[in-house]
Amino acid sequence: MREHIVRSMADDSVIQGTLDMLILKTVSLEPMHGFGIARRVEQVSRGVFKVNPGSLLTALQRLERAGWLDAEWRQTENSRRARYYALTRAGRKQLDLETADWTRRAAAIARLLNAGS
Amino acid sequence: MIRPAAADAETDDEIRHFLDESAADLQSRGMSAEQARRAARAAWGDAIVIREQVRGSGWEHVAANGLDDVRHGIRRLRRAPGFALVAIATLALGIGASTAIFSAVNPVLIASLPYPDPGRVVAVLENGQSNGGTFAMYLGLAARTRVFDSVAVTRRWLPAMTGADAPERLEGQRVSAAYFDVLGVAPAIGRGFSADEDRAGGAAVTVLSDGLWRRRFAADPSIPGRTIRLNDIPYTVVGVMPAGFENVLAPSAEIWTTLQYDTSLPANGREWGHHLTTVARLARGLTYEAASTEAEAAGRAMLRERRPDTYDPETRFSVEPLRASLVRGVRPVLLVIAAAVLLVLTIACVNVTSLLLARGAERRGEFALRAALGAGRGRLVRQMLAESLLLAAIGGGAGLAFAEAAVRGLVAIAPAGLPRAGAIHVDGMAVAFALGVTTLVGLAFGLLPALDAGRTDPQRDIQDASHRSTGGRGRMRGALVVAEVGLALVLLVAAGLLFRSVTGLLAVPAGFDAANLLTLQVQLAGRRFDAADAGTAFFNRALDAVRRVPGVAAAGATSQLPLSGDRDEYGARFPEDQGRPADVFGVFRYAVSPGYLEAAAIPIRRGRTIDDRDRADAPLVAVISASLARARFGSGDPLGHGLRIGPAGPYTIVGVAGDVRQVSLASSDAFAVYISAEQSWFPDRAMSFVVRTRGNPASVAGAVRAAVWSVDKDQPIARVSPMEDLVTASAAERRFALIVFEGFAIASLLLAAIGIYGILAGGVAERTREIGVRAALGATRAQIVGLVARQGGILTTAGVVIGLPAASVASRSLTTLLFGVTPLDPLTYGAVVAVLGGVALLACAIPAWRAARVDPAITLRAE
Repeated sequence: MREHIVRSMADDSVIQGTLDMLILKTVSLEPMHGFGIARRVEQVSRGVFKVNPGSLLTALQRLERAGWLDAEWRQTENSRRARYYALTRAGRKQLDLETADWTRRAAAIARLLNAGS
Repeated sequence: MIRPAAADAETDDEIRHFLDESAADLQSRGMSAEQARRAARAAWGDAIVIREQVRGSGWEHVAANGLDDVRHGIRRLRRAPGFALVAIATLALGIGASTAIFSAVNPVLIASLPYPDPGRVVAVLENGQSNGGTFAMYLGLAARTRVFDSVAVTRRWLPAMTGADAPERLEGQRVSAAYFDVLGVAPAIGRGFSADEDRAGGAAVTVLSDGLWRRRFAADPSIPGRTIRLNDIPYTVVGVMPAGFENVLAPSAEIWTTLQYDTSLPANGREWGHHLTTVARLARGLTYEAASTEAEAAGRAMLRERRPDTYDPETRFSVEPLRASLVRGVRPVLLVIAAAVLLVLTIACVNVTSLLLARGAERRGEFALRAALGAGRGRLVRQMLAESLLLAAIGGGAGLAFAEAAVRGLVAIAPAGLPRAGAIHVDGMAVAFALGVTTLVGLAFGLLPALDAGRTDPQRDIQDASHRSTGGRGRMRGALVVAEVGLALVLLVAAGLLFRSVTGLLAVPAGFDAANLLTLQVQLAGRRFDAADAGTAFFNRALDAVRRVPGVAAAGATSQLPLSGDRDEYGARFPEDQGRPADVFGVFRYAVSPGYLEAAAIPIRRGRTIDDRDRADAPLVAVISASLARARFGSGDPLGHGLRIGPAGPYTIVGVAGDVRQVSLASSDAFAVYISAEQSWFPDRAMSFVVRTRGNPASVAGAVRAAVWSVDKDQPIARVSPMEDLVTASAAERRFALIVFEGFAIASLLLAAIGIYGILAGGVAERTREIGVRAALGATRAQIVGLVARQGGILTTAGVVIGLPAASVASRSLTTLLFGVTPLDPLTYGAVVAVLGGVALLACAIPAWRAARVDPAITLRAE
């Protein structure tokens, strides 16, 4: 099943938070351009999360403004011009925070789900 | 934000790169280049769509979009000048009118008096209504109460300033020494009055206004101490009031002096007349109720001790804020007018909303396309709102200009008694009000169409472009127009009722013949008239001179002129006789010259009039009014009975005269006693001449003045005016309201007509195809016209059905202004419904005619 992470009005903040975290994590391994991030997320999640360019670029803009990503134009392998995003130190701290938060919440949900059975 | 184009270009580059990479990726999996590109686009959407999405977020985009929206809005408005003009004109009318009325209402009803601690400035009233106190009451208040920091009484003073130039009659006030303390404004130069200067026989001192000081004395800073001659008496100037001083009790007063009433005079002198306005400054921390209680106690004590004849023994005394007392008469009118303005503003908004909804309907296709391209709903709503606010802003700007002009007009036609009329102008508060109203209005009428536009179903709307149905949106517009018609009906009914009131009022017989009657007030100025009979001798000689002027048929003089604002009342006491108990009546005192009653054409119903035999040494006689005779004597004969008025008497009743309206045409208070001026217990220093002319009274005015001056050239003459003008002016307040309402009613009628026309015309445009089909299927012209007319008829009837009960409720609030008509007058309502029907019919005419001209061949082919 593929889920498109589209910008949904209702649960904007949840999806937005998750997307931010995924982007920061992906970029923490190595600097990447937009399409690369999308492809990596899709691959690693085995197709569960498919990021569309509108949401991705919006999120990248936001993260750059927050100071968690640095961006610069570079040449790719196929000699195209692309914008590469890299994690800043503040970004790394934010990633740690969000990861810890997400882990805590996931554990709580797991406990709740296991409570009945 | 700083380089939007560059930022956009970067975004575009990123998007393009994303798509290219995606295509390359697919290509590497085996697709051809072309297939890969198409697949990428299918998966992610078109570049434009992505760009819209990215650009929708980010604050600088919101701001840039806002500016864009405004620019876009301006372009759209320029492309539809007809709509823009109507919308802007409508808004300008509504916003301008409400701002103008706000400017007028603000200083009168909302703002406080322009004095320090204005809430503590109070008026002392008798019987809860009139601020016409006596000197004795003032003394009682000053001596017996502790609630007031200061008390003062004032009366009008019209001195003649004689000197090098022609005698100029000045508007002024005689005040007690504490007057400026009560108001809390001190003179800017010099000082005010001292208690010493307020005693009988005290020094003659005067304070000037800033305007007078600049006008006649060239703003001389050394003026304190200078002597000027007023009424032939030297006065010393002791002070000048500041430039911004607003004297709410007498706005045009330019000069003040002390009252100098003699406290030792007996209880029945001139000083006991009710001609003084009493004001006071409440001590800190005291309530109006506490002050009223003390004032009542002081009043009762005074009545008990002195037993003055000019008081009804049951008189009650109370205290209320001066502001309330000033605006009492005019408050209901202004409130009603304010309500009317809000109604008009609502109608204007409703109209513009309807117009915008119609345009929104036309642009549904455009919005659907943009929504399909990815513009968020919020973006569309924001754009529509921007357009509405733009319209409102332009309309508001034009409205401010209109308000400025309207305020000038309002002040020009305002009735003379409108309190604080001098403070009415478009000031900062009014501009802020206009701004607030504009924004509210823009949001109000913009939100509906905006939300409407945002709620699109793209697929249906794009396909449906040529099949626009009236459906839900049409119903909303229909409801709006029905509301408009209802509101127009309410305003028309109000205007109609007022119109009938004013015409009814002006048709009331005043008790005298106002046609060809010139009136003027002649005053005695100068010491030479101090002897009691010198004044009446002068007046008689002047009357003789006036009678000799060609074109004059008759002339007479009276101490009190009907419908002129004069109000001089005394108690007339009838002794017990023939089974009737003793009684006191409040009456108007008229001290007249022989020939007055004839000149004014006041009929004599019994006995005789005042004539030449009634000299100072002859037996005292009086003529009473018919209503007084009826009240006292019933159907019996009053002739030969006696009455006392003031300290004097008994006067023998020798005649009964017809009733005369003294205060206003609407007030039937007509108890009156006429005595000869020579037989009055005090001489009047000003008399109003009435001159019956053979032709136009105004044309003889100059000659009459010259005749008076031929007897004594130093006597100021004032208030020269044909009697008919005075009669009309006495209805000024109602006429003012009538003119305002007429304006509103016409405006609302126009707006309602435009509303009906708009909805019908829009309907015809939308249903052209349907009409073509009907025509092709054999419908006659009459039937098609009937189709349109029926829709118009339904709208109008619905509006009337809603409007009638609303009008009957609303017109109740006009009751104080109505005269001779009830709020539910059937004639007025019937006429209004007929007018509305006629106008609606006209509004239907053009769309109906257009519908009838639809050529089925053309419309069907165009599909």
